[in-house]
Amino acid sequence: MGFFSKLKQGLTKTRDEFNSKMSSVFSFGRKIDEGFYEELEETLIQSDVGFETAIDLVESLRAREKAEKIKDTETLQQALEDEIAKMLTGDVAENQGINIKDNCLNIILVVGVNGAGKTTTIGKMANYYNSRKKKVLLAAADTFRAAAIEQLTVWGERVGVDVIRQNSGSDPGAVVFDACQAAVSRKTDILIVDTAGRLQNKANLMEELKKINKIIDREAPDANVEILLVLDSGTGQNAISQAKLFGEVVPLTGIILTKLDGTAKGGVVIGLTHELNLPVKMIGVGEGINDLREFVPADFACALFAKGNDVDEDEHEDDEY
Amino acid sequence: MAVFGNLADRLQETFKKLTGKGKLSEADVNNAMREVRLALLEADVSYKVVKDFVAKVKERAVGSEVLESLSPGQQVVKIVNEELIELMGSTQAKIAVSSKPPTVVMMVGLQGTGKTTSVAKIANILKKQGRRPLLAAGDIYRPAAIKQLEVLGEQLDIPVFALGDKVSPVEIAARALEHAQKNGNDYLLIDTAGRLHIDETLMQELRDVKAKVEPHEILLVVDAMAGQDAINVAETFNKELSIDGLVLTKMDGDTRGGAALSAKAVTGKPIKFVGMGEKMDAMEPFHPDRMAGRILGMGDVLSLIEKAQANMDVAKAKAMEDKLRKAEWTFDDFLDQMDQMRKMGDMKELLAMMPGGIGKQLKDVQVDPKDMARIEAIVKSMTAEERGNPSIINSSRKQRIAKGSGTQVQHVNRLLKQFEQMKQLMKKFSASGMTNMGKKGKKGRGSMPNFPGFPF
Repeated sequence: MGFFSKLKQGLTKTRDEFNSKMSSVFSFGRKIDEGFYEELEETLIQSDVGFETAIDLVESLRAREKAEKIKDTETLQQALEDEIAKMLTGDVAENQGINIKDNCLNIILVVGVNGAGKTTTIGKMANYYNSRKKKVLLAAADTFRAAAIEQLTVWGERVGVDVIRQNSGSDPGAVVFDACQAAVSRKTDILIVDTAGRLQNKANLMEELKKINKIIDREAPDANVEILLVLDSGTGQNAISQAKLFGEVVPLTGIILTKLDGTAKGGVVIGLTHELNLPVKMIGVGEGINDLREFVPADFACALFAKGNDVDEDEHEDDEY
Repeated sequence: MAVFGNLADRLQETFKKLTGKGKLSEADVNNAMREVRLALLEADVSYKVVKDFVAKVKERAVGSEVLESLSPGQQVVKIVNEELIELMGSTQAKIAVSSKPPTVVMMVGLQGTGKTTSVAKIANILKKQGRRPLLAAGDIYRPAAIKQLEVLGEQLDIPVFALGDKVSPVEIAARALEHAQKNGNDYLLIDTAGRLHIDETLMQELRDVKAKVEPHEILLVVDAMAGQDAINVAETFNKELSIDGLVLTKMDGDTRGGAALSAKAVTGKPIKFVGMGEKMDAMEPFHPDRMAGRILGMGDVLSLIEKAQANMDVAKAKAMEDKLRKAEWTFDDFLDQMDQMRKMGDMKELLAMMPGGIGKQLKDVQVDPKDMARIEAIVKSMTAEERGNPSIINSSRKQRIAKGSGTQVQHVNRLLKQFEQMKQLMKKFSASGMTNMGKKGKKGRGSMPNFPGFPF
């Protein structure tokens, strides 16, 4: 048994302890009464769903209980998971994944606050598309944080894709300019742009992001552009401010939810996707190169109450670190 | 934007309803408590912590203490304030000093909370206090994490001990300790890789490092934007490693920062430092009383004053005051002062600390650094003579200055006018004395401190 399988076993066991606390609300044979709904609300709030969204969910569940004459918790849990999945899917068509078009340049601009996991996610994304026979190019436009360029370069080497880079401290706009030119002339399928982490209330840094996006528009007008917000699943209600304010400076097309291998539930995305119509496109479930998954709303809803088939427990192959 | 901004707004709104009343009924208190509960939950304070907190406040609020007091609304504010301070730790905690150097400090936490940056910032604080810190690069997992620490060390001129990413963190820590002992470093700060609190293998690694080097201080780094899970993380790290304190990072964002309350409440360990920005000097000690005051919208005048004092050159300030008194203030002094202001940091951040909702009123006023730069360009386009004696600036000089600074004549005019107004204002202020600044301003709720020369 490899090191990582062992590690995962450890992870699973401890996580189950946390989850069992959460899942008791839907325990078998339980009576559906006021106490039940209160506990449910509590569980939802503890998953970072947020007060208002938790109330909304509980209310819609009460309504369904009455309308459909539901008597057992199992059916009710299914109903709740439906409701959550519905909120998560929103108006978006069934295919929620990252939109990659054939025979044209695709640019994925990755943005987010500090420490959300942008660079790691890009490394995994590069591997994901590279192994699907796409020609991938990375742009190291985080020229601010110490050694951010080196970090992306290491990922580029691991995956075996090129990284467009300049010196630390140089203008990120210039890096993006170079990268767009290189992507066009090399006939790259997918250009993934890493950006510096920035807190959404820093006006100057947000202006910089706007500028980067303008350069992409100008230098690669025919490209299919995805702008993804990377969100740490441990984030609380501040995620809403993140999505709103980033969305004000660049047209976000989706969210990547990272670090879902911990005990954080990332419940804030339920209200978020619902309110801002911003789908979750992928999830990060570890630091390994393969730990990037497509997002399945039903699985996510299920994991909030952790019945066992957790999002990342299916076929978690050993990672070549 | 103000830390805990939205929570402060919320509680203020709630208590506005209470303040108007003569006496409090239990129903009033219940209404207020519902708002407090909601506000705290929306601020990401842990559900359990909120429950306990509200119960405690309510118990005190419906007691006779409130009903007999003249202004019950104020009384509730006072209770919430006191309980918040209590919850966040009542005194400011300092970092350990070992009687036998080096003092070993180990930083731990989840991925992406800001450990490496915090290690460098704390080392910078220690260095400024005349200490000789050594940094140990113990994150062998994340690509380029070692390089990151090395770059930061170089920027700050603080030595970094690294053995690459093929040596175990336990050995790196042990050899860094030897290195520190040999080289007379009185602090050793160990950076570690981010890890999940439920990752048993990696938690074991931390226990091993702890056993090997016996740190005097283990600090858990917590992201201020963290949600409900913060309580699980803090609880587990504390159980496994018995931490000594917390470092709260990214507090310069617009997060309400409830994670701070949760982590403190569940571990009982003090918050020792607060990360307030990406710059290497953006790390501050935690002041629970000030933070509680900030939550309740009483401003954070003390922090503001300290910030001003720490960055202002005292001699320069004195000289400037003298000049003011004699009305000799010139554009050269003005440039100097702009420089000082810039050192104090983000304008918005400063405004947010103002008491009595001034910061709130000015919330949407953007102080554009570009404006500052334009003003600077105008002043720098003046001759030395003009700067010393602006009254000689006639229209041809104005045109030259405008050209030189790439601005319009009306910009120059506006600045000259503002400068003159400011000079008058400063004269008035200097009569009452800028020296008041250093004194406690917290009690003077609603009165602005005599902040020198804010030209906008």
